[in-house]
Amino acid sequence: MSVSTVPRARAPAAEPTPAPPSASRLAALADTWLPRLVLSPTVVASLVFVYGFIGLTAWLSLTDSRMMPNFEYSGFGQYATLFELDRWWTAARNLGIFGGLFILACLSIGLGIAILLDQRIRHEGALRAIYLYPMALSFIVTGAAWKWILNPGLGLEKMMHDWGFGHFSFDWLVDPDMSIYTVVIAGVWQSSGFVMALFLAGLRGVDDAIIKAAMVDGASLPAIYRRIVIPSLRPVFFSVLLVLSHIAIKSFDLVMALTAGGPGTSSDVPAIFMYQFSFTRGRLGLGAASAMMMLATVLAVLVPLMYLETKGERNGRR
Amino acid sequence: MDAASMNASGAREGKRLAPGRVAVYALLVLVALYYLAPLYVMLATSVKSLDQIRSGNLLDLPLAPTGAAWGKAWDGACTGVRCEGLRPYFWNSVKMVIPAVLISSLIGSLNGYVLAHWRFRGSNAVFTALMVGCFIPFQVVILPMARLLGTAELANTTGGLVLVHIIYGIAFTTLFFRNYYVSVPDELVNAARIDGAGFFTIYRRIIFPLSLPIFMVCFIWQFTQIWNDFLFGVVFGGSDAQPVTVALNNLVNTSTGVTEYNVNMAAAIIAALPTLAVYIAAGKYFVRGLTAGAVKG
Repeated sequence: MSVSTVPRARAPAAEPTPAPPSASRLAALADTWLPRLVLSPTVVASLVFVYGFIGLTAWLSLTDSRMMPNFEYSGFGQYATLFELDRWWTAARNLGIFGGLFILACLSIGLGIAILLDQRIRHEGALRAIYLYPMALSFIVTGAAWKWILNPGLGLEKMMHDWGFGHFSFDWLVDPDMSIYTVVIAGVWQSSGFVMALFLAGLRGVDDAIIKAAMVDGASLPAIYRRIVIPSLRPVFFSVLLVLSHIAIKSFDLVMALTAGGPGTSSDVPAIFMYQFSFTRGRLGLGAASAMMMLATVLAVLVPLMYLETKGERNGRR
Repeated sequence: MDAASMNASGAREGKRLAPGRVAVYALLVLVALYYLAPLYVMLATSVKSLDQIRSGNLLDLPLAPTGAAWGKAWDGACTGVRCEGLRPYFWNSVKMVIPAVLISSLIGSLNGYVLAHWRFRGSNAVFTALMVGCFIPFQVVILPMARLLGTAELANTTGGLVLVHIIYGIAFTTLFFRNYYVSVPDELVNAARIDGAGFFTIYRRIIFPLSLPIFMVCFIWQFTQIWNDFLFGVVFGGSDAQPVTVALNNLVNTSTGVTEYNVNMAAAIIAALPTLAVYIAAGKYFVRGLTAGAVKG
């Protein structure tokens, strides 16, 4: 990194100094180098453990490593294998379904509650605390709880039967066609309150004067939200999308606890695929290739979002 | 903004609630019940007997509340091969989370101080480069990391997990502190420099004493992240340093024998208690951390 290239600051210290350095000169020297010294372990760690390790994983994905890593280049065979595996495509499709529904539901529920909470609600603090507490829980805890609630024999289904809805059936947890949707249900429960908090913070930042002016002009409340308030939340939408898509792509623990990718491999996601092929099936090369695909997905989603966001900021700046 | 206050100047003067307001409150309470229901179900299930669980339904009140499932979840239930409950793993998590949180926060604070007040040529580029660490899916680094920990004989140790959590937590903690310290006026730091105060003196005398709120935010964020982590725990924890999240997952997904739902739920609550307690005690900082983490984009 550019830590070592500091010509401007180094100049005074590099001058030939005939006299022995005075105390103040030493202090100046310390002030020049101490900040870099303090930062350097982090920079080195980042170079090695983030960039270096990504490079190693990329390299590993180009070898035919199985149980043990070997570093002999063998081309793109792992990627070819990956793209021929039905299981990989199941995982990819599930990520699409889960990600899409999860983001959509969190956005609409989060924004909906935020708008309702913004109507001068009594006990707003308490309600907010209730909506947000799932965010403090581990996805494993959330998964365990919903696994029990959605239990086909004793959970929600039995409750509905007890209440007289004899034909109610809810067995998504064991239905290969529906299992991925249970992950959506649990994920939305956990994360929508967080989206609410972000939108509420955004709503509090909207200029009252604009709203008042629209009121005077006779605009209805829904129209004001639709035309003025919600469009002005554009930056919040970007952060929310950023965070939610990130959660979705990385999601591993929730699926592990709730369905463990099952029944069969029906609710597999790339993170689980990566874990199982790398650590339980001894296919390191394939695991590395799937990890690289996850990184590519994150980049494919985040880079355009961040580009749009900064572009929006630039246009919006007055 | 607060649209209702303006819209309802007429409605608010009348004492009775307008039907629209009633609907808003009803909806909000309904949503609150939806968020609370799983917590209630967990709590109720954890104190029910297996008989009642089988005969009754999710929302029934426990007929004869018992703590037996809690005792079993704490030190009797089988997670994989061992049958010591969550207790050893809970302490593993405690031993892992405390040093990891303290060290990553302290490093983040010093980094943030440098990046906010001791900028040098290229320091902004360094900052941007560090922030990439916030975005990568960790799957892309765990294979080399597993190898490294294995070679360094840190695999399956709490020390190894602490190290990993520090390394991959620094990007976030640096971001928190840097964004906070940017709001400390440069004049304050410059005046101290003119008075002859050095790098660490300024940190100790000026910056650190101002940092309590951001340390709170950072502690809570890191505590929640690290306590709740599963991926690093399952990959690097082995059986000896396994954190509580991994043990809980093993317990819940053990398919041998009768599933004891009450024990599972008690275990889930035990694993959730520390972060829930932090949330209840310091929710304000928790929310601030979440929003700060979200604006990281």
